[in-house]
Amino acid sequence: MQIPASFDYVRASTVDDAISLLERHGPESRVVAGGHSLLPMMKLRLARPEWLIDINELFELDFVLRDANTLRVGAMTRHATLLESPEIARLFPIVADAERVIADPTVRNRGTIGGSLCQADPAEDLSTVCKVLRAEAVIRGPGGERVLSMHDFHKGPYETAVAHNELLVEVRFPIRPHSGSAYEKVERRVGDWAVVAAGAAVSLASDGTIDDVTIGLTAVGIEGTVTEAETLLRGHRPGEELFVAAGRLAALASDPVADQRGPVDYKRHLADELTRRVLRRAAARAGEAQEG
Amino acid sequence: MTIIEERAANPAAGDENRPIGYGRIQRKEDPRFVRGKGHYVDDIVLPGMLHGAILRSPVAHARLVSIDTSAALAHPGVVAVITGQDLLGLKLAWAPTLSADVQAVLATDKVRFQGQEVAFVIAEDRYAARDALELIEVDYDVLPPVIDVRTALDPGAPVIRDDLEGRTDNHIFDWEAGNSAETDAVFASADVVVSQEVVYPRVHPAPMETCGAVADFEPIEGALTLYETSQAPHAHRTLFAIVSGIPEHKIRIVSPDIGGGFGNKVGIYPGYILAVVGSIVTGRPVKWMEDRSENLMSTSFARDYIMQGEIAATKDGKILAVRSTVLADHGAFNATAQPTKYPAGFFHIFTGSYDLQAAHCKVTGVYTNKAPGGVAYACSFRVTEAVYLVERLVDMLAHKLEMDPAKLRLMNLIKPEQFPYKNKTGWEYDSGNYEQALRKSMEMAGYDDLRREQQEKRARGELMGIGISFFTETVGAGPRKHMDIVGLGMADGAELRIHPTGKAVVRISVQSQGQGHETTFAQIVAEEIGIPPEDIDVVHGDTDQTPFGLGTYGSRSTPVSGAAVALVARKVREKAKFIAAAMLEARPEDLEWEKGRWFVKGDPSVGKTMAEIAMGAHGTVTLPEGIDGNLDAEVTYDPPNLTFPFGAYICVVDVDPGTGHVTVRRFIAVDDCGTRINPMIIEGQVHGGLTDGVGMALMQFIEFDKEGNNLGGTFMDYLIPTALEVPDWETGFTVTPSPHHPIGAKGIGESATVGSPPAIVNAVVDALAPFGITHMDMPCTPARVWEAMQGRPRPPI
Amino acid sequence: MQISMTINGTDITEEIEPRVLLVHFIRDQLRLTGTHWGCDTSNCGTCVVLMDGRPVKSCTVLAAMADGHSITTVEGLATGATLDPVQQGFMEEHGLQCGFCTPGMMLTARALLDHNPHPDDGEIREAISGQMCRCTGYATIVRSVQWAAAHPAGQDRMDEMEENAGEEVTA
Repeated sequence: MQIPASFDYVRASTVDDAISLLERHGPESRVVAGGHSLLPMMKLRLARPEWLIDINELFELDFVLRDANTLRVGAMTRHATLLESPEIARLFPIVADAERVIADPTVRNRGTIGGSLCQADPAEDLSTVCKVLRAEAVIRGPGGERVLSMHDFHKGPYETAVAHNELLVEVRFPIRPHSGSAYEKVERRVGDWAVVAAGAAVSLASDGTIDDVTIGLTAVGIEGTVTEAETLLRGHRPGEELFVAAGRLAALASDPVADQRGPVDYKRHLADELTRRVLRRAAARAGEAQEG
Repeated sequence: MTIIEERAANPAAGDENRPIGYGRIQRKEDPRFVRGKGHYVDDIVLPGMLHGAILRSPVAHARLVSIDTSAALAHPGVVAVITGQDLLGLKLAWAPTLSADVQAVLATDKVRFQGQEVAFVIAEDRYAARDALELIEVDYDVLPPVIDVRTALDPGAPVIRDDLEGRTDNHIFDWEAGNSAETDAVFASADVVVSQEVVYPRVHPAPMETCGAVADFEPIEGALTLYETSQAPHAHRTLFAIVSGIPEHKIRIVSPDIGGGFGNKVGIYPGYILAVVGSIVTGRPVKWMEDRSENLMSTSFARDYIMQGEIAATKDGKILAVRSTVLADHGAFNATAQPTKYPAGFFHIFTGSYDLQAAHCKVTGVYTNKAPGGVAYACSFRVTEAVYLVERLVDMLAHKLEMDPAKLRLMNLIKPEQFPYKNKTGWEYDSGNYEQALRKSMEMAGYDDLRREQQEKRARGELMGIGISFFTETVGAGPRKHMDIVGLGMADGAELRIHPTGKAVVRISVQSQGQGHETTFAQIVAEEIGIPPEDIDVVHGDTDQTPFGLGTYGSRSTPVSGAAVALVARKVREKAKFIAAAMLEARPEDLEWEKGRWFVKGDPSVGKTMAEIAMGAHGTVTLPEGIDGNLDAEVTYDPPNLTFPFGAYICVVDVDPGTGHVTVRRFIAVDDCGTRINPMIIEGQVHGGLTDGVGMALMQFIEFDKEGNNLGGTFMDYLIPTALEVPDWETGFTVTPSPHHPIGAKGIGESATVGSPPAIVNAVVDALAPFGITHMDMPCTPARVWEAMQGRPRPPI
Repeated sequence: MQISMTINGTDITEEIEPRVLLVHFIRDQLRLTGTHWGCDTSNCGTCVVLMDGRPVKSCTVLAAMADGHSITTVEGLATGATLDPVQQGFMEEHGLQCGFCTPGMMLTARALLDHNPHPDDGEIREAISGQMCRCTGYATIVRSVQWAAAHPAGQDRMDEMEENAGEEVTA
């Protein structure tokens, strides 16, 4: 079996303790959450931190709380917890859709939302979900907390705004009335990374027109959301023709690369196909949604 | 009626719930496995044991300029570092393969595939050994690799095997079977000919347990004990004796519990040899266990055949002939494991299950800069490739003739009265009732209803496909006059001893990797001599404890070793008759057998049970002239022919028109493996093979980039089906006993792996018929299916 | 460093190197070799053990991370000579062949049944979908778990107690 290079291990007892440990041990220290991205990389010796700071015992970061019109999720909340939460399934069905296809149930018992977002793999599902839901990332460092939009949080593939001596502590999801959301992923096999995935959130105005909409795509080289399609949809009544047009724009906006999962044209096609599918489902769910 | 009463009166006959012989019983090996008390190679810890790790080449083709091991040697815990140069001195740098080639144990001149063995570190623990790998500095002079097999024979292609005297190209062999001229004549006059290039891409057996070994060389006695993941411990012992110079009687090979083999654990890999060398050099036991990437990148892959196939028929659907030319990628060393005379294995059974007038195939094997192998993954020595080709061609013919593929097959299957059937490439099919099996599978599937459902769905734009395959296997290699592996005849031995109290031990030469030998072989003995299976121990996997034989692969355990066990039991039974006669003071010819006892004809109350006879044999009974005082026997079984299991499979798939994603909705498998010893185990073997088929057809592929980097080197990219990709299997059976096998049994271990991929691909192609698709190659991944839907299916290589 | 945990109900304290993987700690240091491993990328699930009752892949957990937690391995499934119904079910329904993935499969099955005593086949397939089996084709594993669901231990023990009680009266 492959094994990591040597390192020193320390367990953080509080968030502040974790931050001071990061400060003390410097850039050669790394935080480990669920460990399902970091440890395999360490076994391949692609990552070799000198210090590993274990934040798994920071139960203070393992929560799902409703605070007025915000759902607050602690960074150490496990995927399994997100999937099992009835409140999340009701408010943000996109999260449940995505969680069902993230890795596998055993990995979901360890992996965390914070770990996924900080890994920032371009094929990672929750980053798209958070962008679609216009979530905010709460980052704490020696100087206190700062709150970033996902756009500012996510700097690019494998890169986030979290500085070395900072910790992502919480993700905040704004709750919108009359909204629905959905996520769909094409994978080569259950548990695989996405070939392409799409997510959408739709809020309806009282007249049934689209009040707000966001569309995100996974693994096609888009950093933000598909704003062209969003602009097209806003203010109109949801409908198949509109979704087809949005799908086309999503395909145009994507910039995928060919790999073992498929060629560029296929991935672009999926951006189109999956955008239509998630818009349909998100709009239907918004239509059924009672409250925010 | 009479039979039932007799059985009821005879406790040794058992009953359905507790069969003394054939029937569904729980496996005897399971109690240890469910308690976590299985004993696998990596569970072995010997006093003073060291750990080895292999440094592997990061590139596919390069000249070795230099290796610096000094930093590794200086690393704490490291005991030794061995390089190819060290092995040259021991004359162990190269080892013979199972195909009359040589393979580098550690590279000396060049590396020839990514993942090739370059150096071996031996350390006090596995962590230190792994750490030291990073400290070895190797200077490679990178050479252009040969990756695209289609260009391997081009003039000017880099010569991979310049180690071989006089070698100027990458050609390994040409081999043919059948009659070329006759076949061409039939094709020339046929109404309809269908041609297609069919690719069976490179896949890997990927057992859950990787390969490994613990070598323990005892210098005073000069004796080697080698614990290893081997499907063929006896053959390994002989080969180790030849390679290492250690006398064969000083070598003991132990294959403990094996975590799946599927042909991956037939060959002798450099790692095994290095563990042995390491133990000799250090004087301590050495363990070597592959990681998963090492397993996927360096040990025996499977398939990698590019098959140009053609089928000829009359316009009303009588199939006349098949022909094929094959380009076979054997990787950097020719290390396929198959009977010596058959470098393309049994590919020439590509005539399938049909009554043909002519057939011809030609196979060309070539070297490329990829890992060696080719015969593995439950392939029955390449029957997988053969069946896949012919079943694709038959489906394409049905499409061309606008005939239902089931109907076309029913018209052309060999008829029961034609057996034994001699095909046009030299096989004698022993027995079969093909139409019965196909009709049964169609009935189970509700074939006509499925076709109706498909029509309705097509009208709605939904993509549903129904795929059929009919296969004939040829397993149980094989008659020694035709079949050997490196000169060793493919026979198997069995020894049976009945202890004085009537308990028994049977020792066999084949090696379970999960097939349940400890149960099945006990049942065979039980059936023959009427001792309950739980009273019979089956010993296997230790060359010091078992008779010689060639091991378990190619579905040969039941056909060959099973026959040996049945015959040895009959020998004991016959001997028991003479002892019973002495005990009963009767003449042997006056005794009659009923399961478990000999009795006096006409007076059933006067008789002796096997237990009584065993006590008699070891006791004070005056034995007849020429009868030893035991109840033991041994045999070596040389099969007169192979056995020919067959089956009819039907697969139903749904394809998502928007994404190309394929779902296997139903799979119906009707198998005929002759006499059925334990139906539960048979069903398990079939289920496993069907899952392999889903893997190969839909997702598995060992792919290489242009530089020769292996893109399937982890389970992240070499995809194994999970419980969510496979349906709840629907299995059925027919029973056509083998006429030449002592108990009429045929092999079952690989039938489903052979038979299922064409059924699945035929179903996918059938689903894509509205797009004008008549063929697409595996793996049918979403992307590749979508490309086919766009009218541009492409070969995977 | 020193770690302490509960393994199969027994408290242990051991010295380890921080980088030791939980699977190696269990196998090599505690010599509980029923836990196997099959890959390096957290895909195969051969190494699954229960951590605080939840299945985790022990190749992707550091032994240090398990400090203070409760671990159950296959060796902890049976109670004395009495098998867990899951173990019995795997024998009854041929849920194993080579036995290599079996410990992980059984532990996941146990965790599933603890949370959901009557899963449907789809829920069983979902629960084991992070674990690969190369031998069985999964259908018999599903049947094995269903067998266990239909024969919960408590039920069997109660039946046994009733039988025993009956015998005592007769005696």
